[in-house]
Amino acid sequence: MAKKEIVVREEILGSNKKVAAEIREKLEAAGVLVVNLLSSPGSGKTTLLERLVETLKPAHHLAVIEGDIETERDAERIRRKGVPAWQITTGGACHLEAKMVGKLLPEIPAGTEFLFIENVGNLVCPAGYDLGENIRCVLLSTPEGDDKPKKYPKAFASADCLIITKSDLVPYLPFDLEKSGNEALDLNPRLRIFVTSALKGSGIAALARYFIESRIHMIQRRRHA
Amino acid sequence: MHELSIVASLFEILLAKAQENQATKIVGVKLKVGKLSGVVPEFLQTAFDSYKQDTIASAARLEMEEVPLKLRCRKCAAEIEKEDFVLVCPSCSATDLEILEGMELLLDKIDLEI
Repeated sequence: MAKKEIVVREEILGSNKKVAAEIREKLEAAGVLVVNLLSSPGSGKTTLLERLVETLKPAHHLAVIEGDIETERDAERIRRKGVPAWQITTGGACHLEAKMVGKLLPEIPAGTEFLFIENVGNLVCPAGYDLGENIRCVLLSTPEGDDKPKKYPKAFASADCLIITKSDLVPYLPFDLEKSGNEALDLNPRLRIFVTSALKGSGIAALARYFIESRIHMIQRRRHA
Repeated sequence: MHELSIVASLFEILLAKAQENQATKIVGVKLKVGKLSGVVPEFLQTAFDSYKQDTIASAARLEMEEVPLKLRCRKCAAEIEKEDFVLVCPSCSATDLEILEGMELLLDKIDLEI
């Protein structure tokens, strides 16, 4: 019986990255900006999405994919706003993978400009899975505490944008906005930071503008490529 | 706790490579696990040991090499190894650092019996 050592040097999640790259290419070519929202459970992803939908929907075509372990609840909340939404229930898995998003691509209506993907609530596992997004947003709600970025470095280091949510609670909490921002910037100096309150509606317009501008840049970049 | 789904992806590659090489057994698997890969080596080991049952890797040994976080400063070109995740260059204080190593999760080598 012969022994043989083979050198592979392959990324274990390479197949996920490959599917993600295909999704990005396909959707970019169709003019769809994809945003992946990551956060711990209860930080306000769905509520933020509801406000974003209200802000963007009058002038833009949107679609939403909701990831949860169980229930259709989040997709129903978005559908009530008149936006097509699909629920992926992972049945226990702690993150979404690119192939789950890939299966839904045929359903995305032509003319969609923004696809928001709400990941399963978890600050650890989703960080390792590219879903084909153009922008990865990590949410940090003020009740979670301003010390979270360095406790969950991968989520913050791999994000393009940090959205601080529930900012209306700052007067009642020992949450230091500047400290949380600086912690996150230490990990990722290129991070864009938005401070929002879905309850009061503050910061939502700036965030919507960031997505609109990012889509314009994406389209221009492809035109010049 | 996404180690089980990582192990499932790992086994897709392992079994394909074993078949390509007409191996009868997988006896050793070596991974490179970046410090910032988000993976807990102990959990990966447990997931590997439960997944390998009833496969040709049932007696395989899993070896994991931790890869430290290695950065290069885009401003002064210094190469830095870091224990923490503060992305500031210790030589020139620039914040424009490129991550060279430490994010990866690689299948490095496989020992087979043919």
